Amino acid sequence: METLAERPFPPGDYPLVVVGSGPGGIQVSYSLRRLGVEHAFISADDSPGGMFRRFPFFQRLLSWTKPYAPVPRGSRAYQRYDWNSLIGDEPTHQAIQPEFMDGTSEFPSRPEMEAQLAEFVHRAALPIRYGCRWEATRRDGDRFVLDTSDGEYRCGLVVFAVGVAEPFTPELAGREHVVHYVDTRDAASYAGKRLFIVGKQNSGFELASGLLHWASRIVLASPRPAKLSVETNTLAGIRARYLQPIEDRFMGGGVYILNASIEGVERAGDVFRIKTRATEGGMDLTIEADEVIAATGFVTPLRDLPALGVATFGQSRLPAQTAYWESASLPGVYFAGTINMGSPGLKKNGVGGTGAVHGARFNARILAREIAERHFGIVAPRPSLAPRDVVNYLLEEATDAPELWNQKGYLARAVLFGGDGPYDEGIVPLQAFVDGSGPDGAAITLEGDAEGVVRPAAYVRRGGSVSEVMLDPDPLNEFRGSADGRARLTAALGELLP
Amino acid sequence: MADTEELIDELAGLTLFADLSRPELAGVAHTLEEEWYAEGQRILREGLSGTGFYVLLEGEVSVRLGGDELARLHRGAFFGEAAILLGELPGADVVAAGRVRVVNLAGPAMKNFLMRHPNVMYRMLQEQTRRLRSANRWRR
Repeated sequence: METLAERPFPPGDYPLVVVGSGPGGIQVSYSLRRLGVEHAFISADDSPGGMFRRFPFFQRLLSWTKPYAPVPRGSRAYQRYDWNSLIGDEPTHQAIQPEFMDGTSEFPSRPEMEAQLAEFVHRAALPIRYGCRWEATRRDGDRFVLDTSDGEYRCGLVVFAVGVAEPFTPELAGREHVVHYVDTRDAASYAGKRLFIVGKQNSGFELASGLLHWASRIVLASPRPAKLSVETNTLAGIRARYLQPIEDRFMGGGVYILNASIEGVERAGDVFRIKTRATEGGMDLTIEADEVIAATGFVTPLRDLPALGVATFGQSRLPAQTAYWESASLPGVYFAGTINMGSPGLKKNGVGGTGAVHGARFNARILAREIAERHFGIVAPRPSLAPRDVVNYLLEEATDAPELWNQKGYLARAVLFGGDGPYDEGIVPLQAFVDGSGPDGAAITLEGDAEGVVRPAAYVRRGGSVSEVMLDPDPLNEFRGSADGRARLTAALGELLP
Repeated sequence: MADTEELIDELAGLTLFADLSRPELAGVAHTLEEEWYAEGQRILREGLSGTGFYVLLEGEVSVRLGGDELARLHRGAFFGEAAILLGELPGADVVAAGRVRVVNLAGPAMKNFLMRHPNVMYRMLQEQTRRLRSANRWRR
């Protein structure tokens, strides 16, 4: 049994502190450690996993891991097919999730995901100070001071990886009668009940799907029409896993889906009456239910950071971030994990970066490199490329790079041209390349359009100005052999190439 | 920062959304996405495809071409619609002049949004007509 004295990272002075032991915090701490950046890693929880220690309720994730993919398990290209494993540098730290799946679904169960994260921490021997709750923040000159349940941590830099984890229920009359998603009970306790679910995003449909067997009637309501991921061709939308309630509504199976604002909830004896007003036409409708659940999402638990100068926006109160996930208003404060949605990138066709593990794990690794280079002078090598190989390399990355597939239009492979010729700049936030300055070069990413067609998009910087080169799609997403792609990239790079 | 109720109140105060009922505004507030920009960040980029439609809630933006400021837009102004409606690439950068908060609608969602909210389309048409009239006046 670990005693208090044996816990790592006692309160004190550190160059950097990482807060939060969900996937984002674990990945950024792991990557910082591999780069040799000294830091403390603290967590309020008593084990790793963050939100996956509790959610989703109905046991399976929305993110797949395919044990049998077209590429070898453990290879870099495999990360595209394994959305859940954290990214390790050594073979034993890679592709851990498939080891923890029982073969019944490509979507790991919540306990399987939690086990994978714990195993990653164990194999990497990643030190974490558990049971250390960050409570308040202040400045002392150019240092940050974190007050925690264990004492004071002083540091020059902080990475907050605390999730978008605080339950949010909007203001409405009778809010006290509404239970938040996080307080959902065992499914069987809803047997025969009439449910009213506020919210038509994935958490609302997750509950509806999980309770179809039990509830006698389910009404889902919110002002905006439900969008399906299979229609939007993005992760923004109800995922295919949760479509059953929509089919049940059409088939007359006791599910109702309303586009209406919730005007109030009142108790009437043993039941609740929910007053709704249709978004279009404004028709008032009062609905009786036995239970009212708010699947209205979460906000970011930033505590006193806004008072310290961290600008936030939107209903989730996400901190506004630069392309490298630093607070846009308070330098020295960085974010990892789901909170990275506060740096949406170029958002072409409305598609921003994802805060889910499959994308945010790559952000965390890039963030670690950025912090190491900018603040600690630890510069990662930039391998040289033969000029004749540049175009092929970019097209190969478009075909195979997991970072590009899992963070479409958000992360890119960049090749820059220095005095000694071209070199691999690595995977970078696309926005940083497009809006930043630097040597001539090209960054390639993958972009999806509204029809779900994925194509490579290259951004070529010459003389400080960036132009877009959209390449043709391929029916099998095999871009490396594309004569069209080679010709267009070669023309765009011009005399940079031999 | 604004929760949805605050955002509905904010939208209700803008000319573009002045004709919408509160339930309709709630639908709009849930459809548009809020964004925040620091000074100097580009919101719209000249020559890049896939852009969105923006309504300015707080702060000012600078419309820039080759480093020159063509115009400055203030609270309630909207931009990005021309590139979407005409299917063309934006002809200028739009850059945050100070801290800026906007609501954004993805380009592919624009047609459906306007068809759903003809009152917004009418207000937009009025503003476009005003801009056209001003441009014609200058030309005389």
